[in-house]
Amino acid sequence: MGKTMFEKIWDQHIVAEPEDQPALIYIDLHLVHEVTSPQAFEALRLTNRKVRRPDLTISTVDHNLPTDDTRSEVIKDPIARIQVDTLRKNCEQTGITLYDVDSTAQGIVHVIGPEQGYTQPGMTIVCGDSHTSTHGAFGSLAFGIGTSEVEHVLATQTLRQRKPHTMEVRFNGKLKQGVTAKDMILAAIGKMGTAGGTGYVIEYTGDAIRHLDMAGRMTVCNMTIEAGARAGLIAPDDTTFEWMRGRKFVPKGEKFDHAVDQWRALVSDEDAVFDTLIEIDCDDLEPFVTWGTNPGQVTRITDNVPSPEDFDDIADRTSAENALEYMGLKGGMAIEDIEIDRVFIGSCTNARIEDLRSAAQIVRGRTVASSVRAQIMPGSTLTKLLAEKEGLDQIFMEAGFEWRESGCSMCLGMNPDILVPGERCASTSNRNFEGRQGKGGRTHLVSPEMAAAAAISGHFVDVREWDTE
Amino acid sequence: MEKFRKLTSIVAPLDRANVDTDQIIPKQFLKRIERTGFGEFAFFDWRYLEDGVLNPDFILNEDRYRGANILAGGRNFGSGSSREHAPWALMEMGYKAIISTSFADIFRNNCMQNGLLPVILEEAEVDTIMARALRGTGYKVTVDLDSQTVKDDLGLNANFDIDPFRKNSLMAGLDDVGVTMEFSKEIDMYEGRQKKRW
Repeated sequence: MGKTMFEKIWDQHIVAEPEDQPALIYIDLHLVHEVTSPQAFEALRLTNRKVRRPDLTISTVDHNLPTDDTRSEVIKDPIARIQVDTLRKNCEQTGITLYDVDSTAQGIVHVIGPEQGYTQPGMTIVCGDSHTSTHGAFGSLAFGIGTSEVEHVLATQTLRQRKPHTMEVRFNGKLKQGVTAKDMILAAIGKMGTAGGTGYVIEYTGDAIRHLDMAGRMTVCNMTIEAGARAGLIAPDDTTFEWMRGRKFVPKGEKFDHAVDQWRALVSDEDAVFDTLIEIDCDDLEPFVTWGTNPGQVTRITDNVPSPEDFDDIADRTSAENALEYMGLKGGMAIEDIEIDRVFIGSCTNARIEDLRSAAQIVRGRTVASSVRAQIMPGSTLTKLLAEKEGLDQIFMEAGFEWRESGCSMCLGMNPDILVPGERCASTSNRNFEGRQGKGGRTHLVSPEMAAAAAISGHFVDVREWDTE
Repeated sequence: MEKFRKLTSIVAPLDRANVDTDQIIPKQFLKRIERTGFGEFAFFDWRYLEDGVLNPDFILNEDRYRGANILAGGRNFGSGSSREHAPWALMEMGYKAIISTSFADIFRNNCMQNGLLPVILEEAEVDTIMARALRGTGYKVTVDLDSQTVKDDLGLNANFDIDPFRKNSLMAGLDDVGVTMEFSKEIDMYEGRQKKRW
């Protein structure tokens, strides 16, 4: 029997398999940010342990950073400032490269890893952040860890892991114009539920995946954790290699060709067997919009908000009741009739240059509805600069969008960008949990195109019906 | 890490599915650089009213669940963010074990790294515990890690599975880093086999 891509990567990274213990897996790349690392560095100090491989560790500041242009002078929130300063001190003391606020390589950790070419096929990648699954788009085994595990990786460059089960999620068919990678993954989460992937590593396959660009593949893998699976992978192909070619930390020349040969060998063998298969037909997918307070509570733009009675399972019904109350929605109302106050185009899910280009296509020559405050936080400083070079910032600003600095920002609202109670937001991020974007804030997850169209219309609207230049 | 062996306590019921880590500890409290100081902010949006007064409608605020060391939760408990601040906050609130039908992977792992025992039982068993905890005052169960059982005085006798390595670490109060440090030679050898990537 052949091996899956996951099994190949797993086998290549086994350091030890002691009897009665989880395997010890080597970690090729450890990404660090300011929020989940200070306690790990402190624990190392208290136990007199060193960072084993600072050269395989990189860090940036993203979660806490304000997105206004004063941030490089001072972070006004004193507690956030201490946390950022603590990361600076920790990196300085341990020799870890830090992409700080004034670096063009600064950005959301899951945007800059691929952008700088750190993320490569076949690697094991971890970060104290659940959206580390993003990097799986390159055919790497990438997953989020807690702070104790951050400490473990800093000290040993390994992790203890039981081998997870494997699941294939196959996207058949072809997406229609206006339907995106975000809609594919929202459809998958809607089908699987938020715990459907617990205990599994997912490989995404199928024609629709093959036709996605790298940004789309990253969007799909990014939200793997919202289905409960820690890691989601996509086999690398020419799309992957062309996207990577020439990036700063990607091998050059002959070394690149040699690496590509190795990367091609990673793909799952034809006779590999997954423990579970889920299939999704993309031919008739529509844009999706979440209506509830977890990403599995999602439906098509042409649908209505469901009623609690629509759910057979008692827990699902209670969840729907709670969600509708929190969201201020009534079962049976059309999704297109939901009016919004805010638009957030950003996050590690959908703030790459390709996402901004897609949103700009919708926005060009149009104006944001007067009732809406719309903001764009590019995924990285480099993305922002590139977008400005292409004139995307002008398109957005002329339409009435705010063009901000990069960072996690309103995806989780650790910085000053938050919703006020009752505000309703069309968001390109990944979580619509209660209070996620600000206490009492109401989040609807959508694609960048759908968020842009909602900004113009003031309510959700089927972007497939829109002409773009 | 504190050892976990056997615990008898009142059960506090939180009968909601998909309690996510944003609920357990909202993001505005993640800026601390210490492992402590999170307990008073656990379940902040549910637990407190606007003026900071305890919300009388939030079940964990009820007097009858005060001092509980065991929390019973709905399925997929701890979903979402990888923040280890969630188990830190729950432990400071007094919880030492959580009973549910399922946990999110990262959360469950984070719990075990801190000596907070996640106990997975069958749906009927969790329903029984939840119903009994909701019905009266002072409903207690005993979680015994060694025998992998949860029992009460009303005839409940449930078994649970746990990874033998994790069980041993929890019972001995061991942290992973110390155990892994004993494999330094294997790590050296692995690194020797890999050529430098960049």
